[in-house]
Amino acid sequence: MADPIHQFQLKNIATLGHLGNQEIVFTQSSLFMLVAVGVITLFMLAGTAGRGLVPGRLQSMVELSYEFVANTVRSSAGNEGMRFFPFVFSLFMFVLILNLAGLIPYSFTVTSHIIITAALALLVIGVVVVYGVMKHGTHFFGLFVPGGVPPVMLAILVPIEIISFISRPISLSVRLFANMLAGHIALKIFAGFIGSLLAAGAWGIISPLPLALTVALTALEVLVAVLQAYVFATLTSIYLNDALHPGH
Amino acid sequence: MQNDGTPNGNGDKSRASEDVDLQARLQRLGKRLDEVRDTGQEQRRASQTSGGDPSAMGKAFRLSTEFVAGIIAGCGLGWAVDSFTGSKPWGLIVGMMLGFGAGVWNVMRASGFLRPPQ
Repeated sequence: MADPIHQFQLKNIATLGHLGNQEIVFTQSSLFMLVAVGVITLFMLAGTAGRGLVPGRLQSMVELSYEFVANTVRSSAGNEGMRFFPFVFSLFMFVLILNLAGLIPYSFTVTSHIIITAALALLVIGVVVVYGVMKHGTHFFGLFVPGGVPPVMLAILVPIEIISFISRPISLSVRLFANMLAGHIALKIFAGFIGSLLAAGAWGIISPLPLALTVALTALEVLVAVLQAYVFATLTSIYLNDALHPGH
Repeated sequence: MQNDGTPNGNGDKSRASEDVDLQARLQRLGKRLDEVRDTGQEQRRASQTSGGDPSAMGKAFRLSTEFVAGIIAGCGLGWAVDSFTGSKPWGLIVGMMLGFGAGVWNVMRASGFLRPPQ
């Protein structure tokens, strides 16, 4: 049976140079990220080129994605949060396109590598901390002090709040990475069953079962790809809300 | 002259009725837009408390990662304190316990038990 992990292996396309002993390599992961940025840029530019009062198909799609992310940001971070709209929108489109591109057969899923999702999550938390401290100064750390709690309890609650804050980039990155990884492995394993059953003589009769399951799983994976991009955007705006309004 | 007058009069009349029609359509559109906006706000309120995951599977995934992330962060912080101060087992032990607390806290917050800070 085909190795279900093999699809996540990085392949060297070009070596760019060395940093100390570390090789700097342009992999197929980098290629997919570049292509995703290109696709998003083309999509937005082509969609907004017409500027029709009555939007065409492409413009409708662009407007829909704008409205969707704008509503997410507004509902979680308020109208003030709209200053972060370009940031959240870029993240959403980047994750969405990478997730969906991973579903094309023979392609590579960039978001199934935790280093990518962790970098994105750390970027989000970095923006929250830097903006929060810049805007509110030390008042930002009031985030860690829940209101209406007796002072004795604060000795336990403040460390818990701090750990809870530190756990945010972990849960943000692990959720996206685990969803994509698990989905693609499950898909590959069930697809592998078809070949194994066909090769096993009389057992080939039940090979349509994993085939049907693979089709169903593919549909589920499309849902998961879009959903995870949405969850990433929602949580980003919820965390940004903390940077805007750190007081409880 | 008379021939010219009649079509003009008709035109005015039909234009007036068009205006009335347009007004009515505008009002209907405004009403429907208000309705859409209202339901949108209700959905927004609902999604804010539940975290915005429509599927049960997504919700389960979200809650479990929240819990595990709390423990990992607690253990990591405790371990870091240990390696800096040399208080070998105690930082990890206390950190893990606080991590459990933070994990439960995260899950309660994600499932909407606690109001998100406004």
